[in-house]
Amino acid sequence: MSLFEILRFAARGVTANKLRSALTTLGVLIGVGAVILLVAVGNGSAKQITDRIAALGTDTLTVQSTSRGGASNTAITVETAKALRDPVLAPDVKSVSPVVSASATITYQGSDHSVQQFVGTYPSYFGASNTPVGTGAAFSDEDVAQGRRVLVIGQTVAEELFPGVEPVGAEVTVGGSLFTVVGVLEEKSSSSGFQDANDVAVAPLTAVQQTLTGYGPVSSVVVEATGSDRVDEAQAQVAAILDQRLKVSATTSGAANRSNSSPYRIQNASQLLETQTETADTFTVLLGAVAGISLLVGGIGITNIMLVTVTERTREIGIRKALGAPRRVILTQFLAEATMLSLTGGGLGVAAALIGSQFTIVGVKPVVVPSSIVLALGVSVAIGLFFGSVPASRAAGLRPIDALRYE
Amino acid sequence: MIGPMMNGPEDRSTRPGHPPVLDVRGLTKVYGEGEATVHALRGVDLVVERGDYVAIMGSSGSGKSTLMNIVGCLDVPTTGRYLLDGVDVSRLNDRQLALVRNRLIGFVFQAFNLIPRTTALANVELPLAYAGVPAAERRRRALAALDMVGLAARAGHEPNQLSGGQQQRVAVARALVTEPALVLADEPTGNLDSRSTADLLAIFDELNAAGRTIVLITHEPEVGSRARRLIKLFDGQIAADVRQGGPARGSAADRMLDQPTVPMERIR
Repeated sequence: MSLFEILRFAARGVTANKLRSALTTLGVLIGVGAVILLVAVGNGSAKQITDRIAALGTDTLTVQSTSRGGASNTAITVETAKALRDPVLAPDVKSVSPVVSASATITYQGSDHSVQQFVGTYPSYFGASNTPVGTGAAFSDEDVAQGRRVLVIGQTVAEELFPGVEPVGAEVTVGGSLFTVVGVLEEKSSSSGFQDANDVAVAPLTAVQQTLTGYGPVSSVVVEATGSDRVDEAQAQVAAILDQRLKVSATTSGAANRSNSSPYRIQNASQLLETQTETADTFTVLLGAVAGISLLVGGIGITNIMLVTVTERTREIGIRKALGAPRRVILTQFLAEATMLSLTGGGLGVAAALIGSQFTIVGVKPVVVPSSIVLALGVSVAIGLFFGSVPASRAAGLRPIDALRYE
Repeated sequence: MIGPMMNGPEDRSTRPGHPPVLDVRGLTKVYGEGEATVHALRGVDLVVERGDYVAIMGSSGSGKSTLMNIVGCLDVPTTGRYLLDGVDVSRLNDRQLALVRNRLIGFVFQAFNLIPRTTALANVELPLAYAGVPAAERRRRALAALDMVGLAARAGHEPNQLSGGQQQRVAVARALVTEPALVLADEPTGNLDSRSTADLLAIFDELNAAGRTIVLITHEPEVGSRARRLIKLFDGQIAADVRQGGPARGSAADRMLDQPTVPMERIR
């Protein structure tokens, strides 16, 4: 009997009981589809976090003061920040942007808008913080030196204050002082956390100090390294300068609690990236575990249906044997049936997962991992084949009369 | 033990070119072990020549179904020798046994045993498919077999769309389609009404008239009386072996010998 004939028998066997075949296929479909899609969602969210951090700039360090109140000798001031820009002591520092921030209300022709982040800084901030100017222009070092009251606003501010009006050149009032809008930032797609990254206004450091914050310590210093691979060196150099200037030493603060007593903290974007990526990987592993369980449950479902099918068909196997079917032919037929069901279900599951991954799921754009397709398909097809063929092999090995009498 | 008298090896040696279809020697079958042991067959000798029509009767538990299953190569005896068409079946491996079931034996079951959700035609084609017959010829022969049992018009029907009698006729067509040396029927009329029984027996008569060897099991006397030879089993042994007037080819000599419980020499 030719293989083609056996395959036709198998096809007839599969189509003979449509509901049972459909349910088996559905079981495989859900198992495979769930694994691929869940892993894709985990992967997608990991990628989202990575993108979000990359948008912050991976070659920057943020220096923040940890001392509260007015311990003036350990506060980070504009002078401290300027000292970090040292070609000899800190060759890997490309730019230093001291940042003061305040919350302020911008008023324009009667309408006002409360800005989440009103930032006073240097022009290098735009490059370092990865916030390029879209329309108009950034302010210059000259503007900072002169304390000119110019302003670059984010997209949200532009939309709120200037609906349908060109904002560049407009005069707005901030804390009682007049500022001229010179530029609008490019829209930032990723909003970090709960903050709207586009609800921001950037002005020269001096102007903000004059009008809003006063000449106290700065909130933070954004340090840009010469390259993303020089970030760690830049961090060490910055720390050395700060330790010297802020009179931090191992003898006064003690090695054990140095990190606690240190008056400053340096945030490394690439370190942050690593941590976040690890978190995201954990998330992916977690989702993968959930998916694995669903694959297991799906597999048990397939096993169950296959076992029931073969048990139910033991009589049929007995009849076929009585009619002279060789063991090999029966085995091949059942193996082919199991293959058809598993492969059809698996293929549909992959298709369903690929279609599903085109949509955004719980705010995450899934990114399909190719190895998850191979794994899910492999496992479910293997389970289908094993539990489809092993009981069939047992039944085919029975004497025909025992198979015929099987209840 | 009462049994056929002139069926010994010397009988066969006189016709070396034509071995009997069935030649069973000292067949025993034991089920279970220890105290639960059941002796289904306690030494059965039976020779069936080509073209014969044999009915085996016996009360339930007499071992007739066991005998039938062993004769049909569905089961294996505990001891004893079984030659089918001159071939010692006990020496065959699984693959060869499948071949024997396929080529030499046509089996009709009490419970019909058609493959569910499969058309009558496909059911009849099945043994031919296992024999490796090409599709076109398979179809032609299956239709011819269905035509013979009067069901050509129902070839496309599935078993659950057929009455019991029709299903059994499909099963008979399936048993015949390979033109086997031996047609075995295990209580073929057990699940049928009198009308279907009459139809089926008519088909068996016809088959036997055409030269087909038939062995059937029954516990209905009117079915047993249609056969040319009646064997009665009791407690796993042959209690009587009677030649009687067959309906189709029953000759005057056969009818004269129609005397129950008297062992008879077969006339061929």
